[in-house]
Amino acid sequence: MSTRLQNGGRLVDRSTKLDFTWNGKRLTGFKGDTLASALLANDELLVGRSFKYHRPRGIVAAGPEEPNALVGLGQGGKYEPNQRATTTELFNGLTAKSQNHWPSLEFDVGGVNRVMTRFFPAGFYYKTFMAPAFAWKHVFEPVIRKAAGLGAAPAAEDRDADRYEYFYAHCDVLVVGGGIAGLAAALQAGKSGAKVLVLEQENTLGGRAPVDGVTVGGKPAQDWIDATTKTLHALENVRIRTRTMGAGVYDHGYALGYERLTDHAPEIAGPRHRLWRIRAKRILTATGAIERPLSFAGNDVPGVMLAGAVRDYMANHGVSVGDRVVVATNNDDAYRTAIALKAAGLDVPAVIDARVVADGALPMKAREMGIRVEVGKAISSVYGNKRVTSVGICSQAGEGTKTDELVCDAVAMSGGWSPVVHLWSHCGGKLNWDTEMAMFRPDPARPPLGADGAGFVLVAGTANGYLDAATAIADGHAVGAQAATEAGFAAGEVAAPVGASEAEGPILAVWSMPQGQNKKLQMKTFLDYQNDVKVSDVRLAAQEGYESVEHTKRYTTLGMATDQGKLSNINGLAVLADSLNADIPQVGTTTFRPPYHPISMGAIAGEARGGLFKVLRRTPIHDWTDANGGFWEPVADWRRPYCYQQAGESVKDAVKREILQTRNSVSILDASTLGKIIVKGPDAGKFLDMLYTNMMSTLKVGRCRYGLMCSENGFLSDDGVVARLDDETFLCHTTSGGSDRIHAWMEEWLQTEWWDWKVYTANVTEQYAQIGIVGPNARKVLEKMGTEMDLSAEALPFMAFADGEIAGIKARPYRISFSGELSYEVAVPAAQGQAFWDAALAAGAEFGITPYGTEALHVMRAEKGFIMIGDETDGTVIPQDLGLNWAISKKKEDFLGKRAQQRPHMVDPKRWRLVGLETEDPAMVIPDGAYAVDGTTQANGVKHMIGRITSTYYSPTLERSIAMGLVEDGPERMGDTIMFVRTDGTTINAKIVDPVFLDKEGARQNV
Amino acid sequence: MLILTCPNCGIAADETELHAGGEAHLTRFGAGSSDDEFESYLFMRKNTRGVHFERWRHSNGCGKWFHAARCTTTLEVFGTYTAKTTQPPADLIAKIKAKRPDFEGFTK
Repeated sequence: MSTRLQNGGRLVDRSTKLDFTWNGKRLTGFKGDTLASALLANDELLVGRSFKYHRPRGIVAAGPEEPNALVGLGQGGKYEPNQRATTTELFNGLTAKSQNHWPSLEFDVGGVNRVMTRFFPAGFYYKTFMAPAFAWKHVFEPVIRKAAGLGAAPAAEDRDADRYEYFYAHCDVLVVGGGIAGLAAALQAGKSGAKVLVLEQENTLGGRAPVDGVTVGGKPAQDWIDATTKTLHALENVRIRTRTMGAGVYDHGYALGYERLTDHAPEIAGPRHRLWRIRAKRILTATGAIERPLSFAGNDVPGVMLAGAVRDYMANHGVSVGDRVVVATNNDDAYRTAIALKAAGLDVPAVIDARVVADGALPMKAREMGIRVEVGKAISSVYGNKRVTSVGICSQAGEGTKTDELVCDAVAMSGGWSPVVHLWSHCGGKLNWDTEMAMFRPDPARPPLGADGAGFVLVAGTANGYLDAATAIADGHAVGAQAATEAGFAAGEVAAPVGASEAEGPILAVWSMPQGQNKKLQMKTFLDYQNDVKVSDVRLAAQEGYESVEHTKRYTTLGMATDQGKLSNINGLAVLADSLNADIPQVGTTTFRPPYHPISMGAIAGEARGGLFKVLRRTPIHDWTDANGGFWEPVADWRRPYCYQQAGESVKDAVKREILQTRNSVSILDASTLGKIIVKGPDAGKFLDMLYTNMMSTLKVGRCRYGLMCSENGFLSDDGVVARLDDETFLCHTTSGGSDRIHAWMEEWLQTEWWDWKVYTANVTEQYAQIGIVGPNARKVLEKMGTEMDLSAEALPFMAFADGEIAGIKARPYRISFSGELSYEVAVPAAQGQAFWDAALAAGAEFGITPYGTEALHVMRAEKGFIMIGDETDGTVIPQDLGLNWAISKKKEDFLGKRAQQRPHMVDPKRWRLVGLETEDPAMVIPDGAYAVDGTTQANGVKHMIGRITSTYYSPTLERSIAMGLVEDGPERMGDTIMFVRTDGTTINAKIVDPVFLDKEGARQNV
Repeated sequence: MLILTCPNCGIAADETELHAGGEAHLTRFGAGSSDDEFESYLFMRKNTRGVHFERWRHSNGCGKWFHAARCTTTLEVFGTYTAKTTQPPADLIAKIKAKRPDFEGFTK
């Protein structure tokens, strides 16, 4: 059984006990424990079930590479699924539960999948669920949905109770990894004067060196680590962050760090996670290495662990994983585990070494301690279900015939170590296969390149392929100096630290244990623990023609779990290479993508939530609207009132009331969101002639003209009224959502194409409040507000404007109308918008003035057949489609979009064109977007469509349903009745009519 | 996350400050142009592997457009220059040729 040893555990404080809950069970650990070490100390070996077969799974590793021990942490707004027990620091009151089982971890119904293993081969989903079609929807999908998913998502009503934030940091040298190589590098760079940032994912510095008995300068590594840390802390130009993972490396020296501030101590106030957005001149990755499992049958039974992890739990937490631990290896490093176990008084029945010769210092020492060393041997199979009971021994050279069986309760395995090359590779750093060391290591000649064409990522220590302490620390020292130099600093005069550890003999590449493992054993030999990918699956994929490692990955799901193949990738691609009879470098690795280890969604969002998620633009009337029944809807970055609800009134009734009030008397509209762009200069007219389809240069001062803007593709992009303020100055109104886009569009042409034209633009949208006084009594209201301006039809006719004062406020009324009524849109300085609004309400009281919202605006413009950008247009509509030929100049030589509108498809008479539509049943409103059909069916079985609805409303003015739509031959088919289909298959008949439903001659607005 | 130095305001800007504007130095063909000319202007783009000239706008900065010469594979930036030109400056071309001997020079 796994238990807490009497002594040892350099990281735990045995005087501070911590209570925690595991699946409802109350357990105790020590300060300094991880959840994994505390679970092992309590003999909780079984921590979860695998994804596909629901096999019992135990802790395998001691770090972020852990594939099995994923748990749900916390409760309510603090609940988070899929947290790794190995990277979760224990705290008092921690609650954790296991995942992927039903009804319980001990007894799991899904485990039946395990019995069905032979029916769940690689590509199972693709192969099984092909037919019949109905079976997918009614049988497979419901079953899979219930069983699928890793962990449970937080409840929808629970909001994340924590806070997150970003940090922006700039440095000369970013060191990722605070092991001995990283510290040596940081010291060199720090002493050079470079601004250095060191990130370490653990809460302690020094990495594995203290666990592995490394010495520096003849003393225990910890002494050097402590001294170096102290020196670094004293340097003002060096910053060290523990519990901060280097998550990703991106273009031009950009890197992401992920700091976990309160996960280990929720009582600390402040943000939980912090995302560091770092720009560094040089990024030095000293990210160490990860041990590989060995591929033998039963290597997923709880109790089978990485040899290094077994050593970690003993040295760091004083926890033994078993009383009798068999060690299986292909290298010398695992002997350190055997020796440590033996030294702690535990039983090591044997070291099973796949190599024929093992006579290095470590194997000899093990033998001297009385440990049985079996060379040329392999584990044929591990026995046990929820924990290891024994292992079968066979010859490594054979197929797996058991020659011996050893009783044990744990297995420590080591298939060698793989440098953590992720950060090196994220941005394109290349790797070499080192046959002798059996690993991929960075190729320093092919680093990721920065803006200046030079490599900006350097790699040092174990991550650079130097697995022994002496060369690793020396490499850190040298590469640290190199990074500082490349960042423009003279390397410091630090003496090179001299590291030492026991010499290691050569490794033997073992990708299959035993060598010729028979098929039956292959089916029990796991490569990817989390996704249940076995050796047999990869071999099957190869047999079925999946030669690319990227395809095999997706077909078998190898390395696609949340650990992203940290343990499985190398073993998997080696099996693939073997199956394909190819070399490992020929097969290559899959792409390394950030983040290195999952980071929280909260950290990615940072502070951008709630009111900070997006900037909200407010008109000067925003607060009044909010206080007076405004029923908000989002319009671009603005909020606009859909309508203004009065007490006890429905939205629908409010819209109807607002329309009738406007048509019958007078209303007020906040139109401040309209874009307002000043275009000024001697060439302003010439410029606007290019931008708009119609002629703007001929516009008289004091007059307005409605204009259309198209893209170079010819498609309608924006519309609005242009006013000529003086000879050289125009004011262009844009749609509410279009002001920034159109201003940028103008600037693009002025800066990149016609830079010699004398034109300036300024977006003055927010400088003015624009308030519409609309309705037959509009003039009376303005006059009553108090003005010396002559607002009569003669002095200020339709499509004219004037400057003056109204209600003592500097005002510019435009005689423009989007409703078809007598209408003045009055621009006043933004700061006086509310005052003007209040004055208008007071003056209009006798006419029953009320404000109206966007829906009333929409209905009234549709009654008049005015188009709306975004309703009648969708990026594929040209002005000609909308019957706007009158607004397209025939005199102008050129304008943006003109050439495109001459293309054959644009002049095709069969293009759908705008018409009005009246339903046979006046009460029936056609659904928006509904398609018109002619009753025929196309060759592909789809109903032939001849048009679609673009705007559709119930008109209170006309007391009937009205719609606008684009219809094939529409304008030629006036009076015809056509059919629209609803989503339930029923149809609505509507008559094609003129799109102007109300006041075709414009009498109402020309008064 | 590229860094490009805006030649208008001199700031070395993060990509988040910038807006990409596609291939540089296109010749605009408007009304009166042939189908081939218009097609080349509206649709045909180089999609270069290697040295590429492109337009950028310092949209969350000074708001001005500029040009950049960049390697699309290594992301090396050879230089940035004014938007008010129909071709890259000669000294920039010389600089690129010195770094990339097989670069054949700018072609429309």
